[in-house]
Amino acid sequence: MTPPTDVKTRASGADLISRAKDSIEEVQPTEARDQAADGAILVDVREQHEFEERHIEGAVLVPRGHLESRIEQFVPDRSGRVILYCATGIRSALAAKTMMEELGYEDVASMAGGITLWRDRGLPVVTPRALTQEQKERYSRHVLVPEIGLEGQLKLLDAKVLLLGTGGLGSPTALYLAAAGVGTLGLVDDDVVDASNLQRQVIHNTDTIGMAKTESARKAIEALNPDVKVEEHATRLDASNVIELLEQYDIVVDGADNFPTRYLLNDASVRLKKPVVSASILAFDGQISTFVPFEGPCYRCLYPTPPPPELAPSCGAAGVLGVLPGIMGLLQALEVVKLVTGAGTPLIGRLLLFEALGTEFTELKVKRDPDCPICGPNAPEIADEDLGKFPDYDLFCAG
Amino acid sequence: MPKVKIPPVLRAQTGGQSVVEAAGDDVGAVLNALTEAHPDLARQLFDDAGDLNRYVNVYLNDEDVRLLDGLGTAAKEGDTVVILPAMAGG
Repeated sequence: MTPPTDVKTRASGADLISRAKDSIEEVQPTEARDQAADGAILVDVREQHEFEERHIEGAVLVPRGHLESRIEQFVPDRSGRVILYCATGIRSALAAKTMMEELGYEDVASMAGGITLWRDRGLPVVTPRALTQEQKERYSRHVLVPEIGLEGQLKLLDAKVLLLGTGGLGSPTALYLAAAGVGTLGLVDDDVVDASNLQRQVIHNTDTIGMAKTESARKAIEALNPDVKVEEHATRLDASNVIELLEQYDIVVDGADNFPTRYLLNDASVRLKKPVVSASILAFDGQISTFVPFEGPCYRCLYPTPPPPELAPSCGAAGVLGVLPGIMGLLQALEVVKLVTGAGTPLIGRLLLFEALGTEFTELKVKRDPDCPICGPNAPEIADEDLGKFPDYDLFCAG
Repeated sequence: MPKVKIPPVLRAQTGGQSVVEAAGDDVGAVLNALTEAHPDLARQLFDDAGDLNRYVNVYLNDEDVRLLDGLGTAAKEGDTVVILPAMAGG
């Protein structure tokens, strides 16, 4: 009997691996380390769960099974130096062959012996915190996005965000930040839920009318995501508590409904160097900007003095379209996620206006004011009790 | 003619219009034309000395005119002047 002719040409797996290794460049772990320090991109081609257990610092994860579909996201430059590694150097050799021969990358090497040999050589690895199984499912769509990924999700889980107000702006912000897995949400509000709130303050509901807003919001957040620790601050922000409150958080979301609170928050946040994502709404118009102290302008650089009462009506007096704070509050949530994860370009030095009737966005530039009494180079020391004050403090409308 | 965007709190003085056209070859002239057409705006925009009230920000396109040439900043056809007071609603 003559065997079928194609049997002779069918290579074994071992042959394929051997041929791949012959056709690509292999580097030793110490060489890989030195080249990575010189700018080579280190790509881990193992599976997600292997990467989560331990990996080489600075490496990006592109499992071999997703190589063709994802490598360009992480390594857009086809001419740059790329070093692949896996557990023992086999998957990375095969992946290197694919990248060179089929994907057009010009300078790819595989690390011999993989992360096993790397560790045997005494080189360091990072053993990142992993998500629980339940968290992996809950945040899977975040982890899939390269700009967030596992690292970004862990940053969100570690983040402490203070929401000033759980009203029109704070409601959608709190819900989406809770859904995103922001680990600690502080809620500052001394109000109780009123039926007239429910047209826009979607974190509250008919059953919680009459309940403290912080408590009503906490119940909604806990039902949405048990990962989130909610700190209720059922109080009004004032000069006596602002510093102590802000110190406990990384980022502040300003959805306050009055000018004194906005100036007070600004002055304290600049002192403590805490970023503030600030939005305001009225009728059909919204404004949003992100104030990162000393990196961009502060609220007082933009608005040195508040307008007189007749130019500063509250939503309670002038009305507001219920959808509008939803849009502006979610833009605030977006800014927080970007600040926490480092993804994208926050609205630092940019004021975004939204006009709902025309569905029109306008972006204005905001620069640091060299004469700013709070963040300028010649800003005076301000005593705690004077935070948020200015000459006509008592004259304007509060809410 | 340049366009002037009117913020919600000042629209009562412009008969509800959110965008008003006003002639002028600098920002001051544009705002003067605006206040001639809508006199009630003058008190909101300018102080007794004729300077912009400090609580009103004015932008030519996307730049704060205080960081350009103030009311003397040249304006032309196609430009947009944005009047922007702070808002506090939340």
